[in-house]
Amino acid sequence: MQSLGLDVLFKGSNFLRLLGGLWVAVRISLVSVAISIALGIPAGILMTSNRKVVKGIFRVYLEIVRIMPQMVLLFIVYFGTTRVFGWNLSAEVSAIIVFVFWGCAEMGDLVRGALISIPRIQYESAQALGMDAMTSFRYVILPQTVRRLIPLSINLITRMIKTTSLVMMIGIVEVLKVGQQIIEANRKTSPNAAFGIFAVVLLMYFLICWPVSRLAVYLEKRWA
Amino acid sequence: MKKTQIIATFVAAAIGTTLIGAGSVFADGTFRTLDEIKESGTINIGVFSDKSPFGYVDENGDYQGYDVYLAERLGEDLGVEINYVSTEAASRIEYLQTGKVDIILANFTVTPERAEEVDFALPYMNVALGVVSPDDAVVESLDDLGEEDQVIVISGTTAETYLVKNYPDIHLQKYDAYAEAKTALENGNAAAWANDNTEVIAFAIENEGFTVGIPSLGSADTIAPAVTKGNESLLDWLNEEIVALGEEQFFHADYEATLLDTYGADYEDTLVVEGGAVAAAETETE
Repeated sequence: MQSLGLDVLFKGSNFLRLLGGLWVAVRISLVSVAISIALGIPAGILMTSNRKVVKGIFRVYLEIVRIMPQMVLLFIVYFGTTRVFGWNLSAEVSAIIVFVFWGCAEMGDLVRGALISIPRIQYESAQALGMDAMTSFRYVILPQTVRRLIPLSINLITRMIKTTSLVMMIGIVEVLKVGQQIIEANRKTSPNAAFGIFAVVLLMYFLICWPVSRLAVYLEKRWA
Repeated sequence: MKKTQIIATFVAAAIGTTLIGAGSVFADGTFRTLDEIKESGTINIGVFSDKSPFGYVDENGDYQGYDVYLAERLGEDLGVEINYVSTEAASRIEYLQTGKVDIILANFTVTPERAEEVDFALPYMNVALGVVSPDDAVVESLDDLGEEDQVIVISGTTAETYLVKNYPDIHLQKYDAYAEAKTALENGNAAAWANDNTEVIAFAIENEGFTVGIPSLGSADTIAPAVTKGNESLLDWLNEEIVALGEEQFFHADYEATLLDTYGADYEDTLVVEGGAVAAAETETE
């Protein structure tokens, strides 16, 4: 095992530092996901609107998110807002803003898809039972939408967790950056540490993302 | 439906480029003066966190290295706490221009292009190219190379650019990765290997049987602290501080504490710039 540089992992507080970095990544993605879901549901409802202006605005928004690399968005929010408006956002707040900007668009699109997938007959039956638009939405459409949505949105969570590795570019020290720091600090004494440390980082991402995606599979089976 | 999608894509792209453009147009020097830093009690210093032995984090989570050794002293002499910001090579200028750090001490090579964007203080280290070769046939000057002799370079490095421009007759062997170049030299595929002098010096020390015949080649560049453009109070203080530190041979002590293990005592005067005076260090290497 020595040759893989795993001994480096237990030098000083290295392992704790990696766990601390993992917590930073998980914290940023959890906060972002929570806000994205809260904002994404109304956004998705608006996306199904028949009004051209509303539709157009959301289409442009969605395209911006799809076109712009998250990396560029991070630089715009972290450095750009300071240059243009003089706001001094902390790196973590900037990261959360970017992830919410991205998550809200993706979540909105998922909600829109789920809403559209509810058969017309559901709307018509609710109407036939004498429900008005609000009541039928609240008691008939929304519960079915949420069931279809949960597995999809959980996939978004795992993607967000993995994308947090970009936030090192704006100075946030998360798990991958801690890994690089450990490898570099021991470059002379354990040149092979890169393999061992990256393997451990991989395992950490896996241990976080795997239960989340298993949960998605479970919910999909139960609620489909 | 298709048409609207295409239009939306274009509008999105337009907004995107405007946002990026806005970032560079409204460049405005937001920085903290020396007094403001002292008043706040904390100085933000941008350093590398994964470039051993210049700026890295040790196993206890503490910042260490040649740059950090200087940063610690600056904090001490200012009487303020230090908040280290982990920077990447690509974002160093951006950090200064937005005032998110007060000083960058991240192995920052002084170039004319960068000097237009930030203000460099007096230098504290030299960088140049170096050439390493086997002990039994040490290359001490590139003019000594025979017609058949080849020189190893790593593609995309300053060494490659320099040799192509100044020694077009030398046949280069180009490799993409450090490890490949290393193996090639060890196997005797070429007469010598040209790279940053810090790299070749470290290589010669770690590998028996190789000597750095040319420790300093090409235009000698320097490493210096940088501040936001126009932050004169901080720049003046830094310059005075670097000159004052020179009197107590601070940067030699820094070298001995942080770089000695990697580069050995022989290169101390080649690499260290004391008191911001580059000329002295250069004549020593000649």
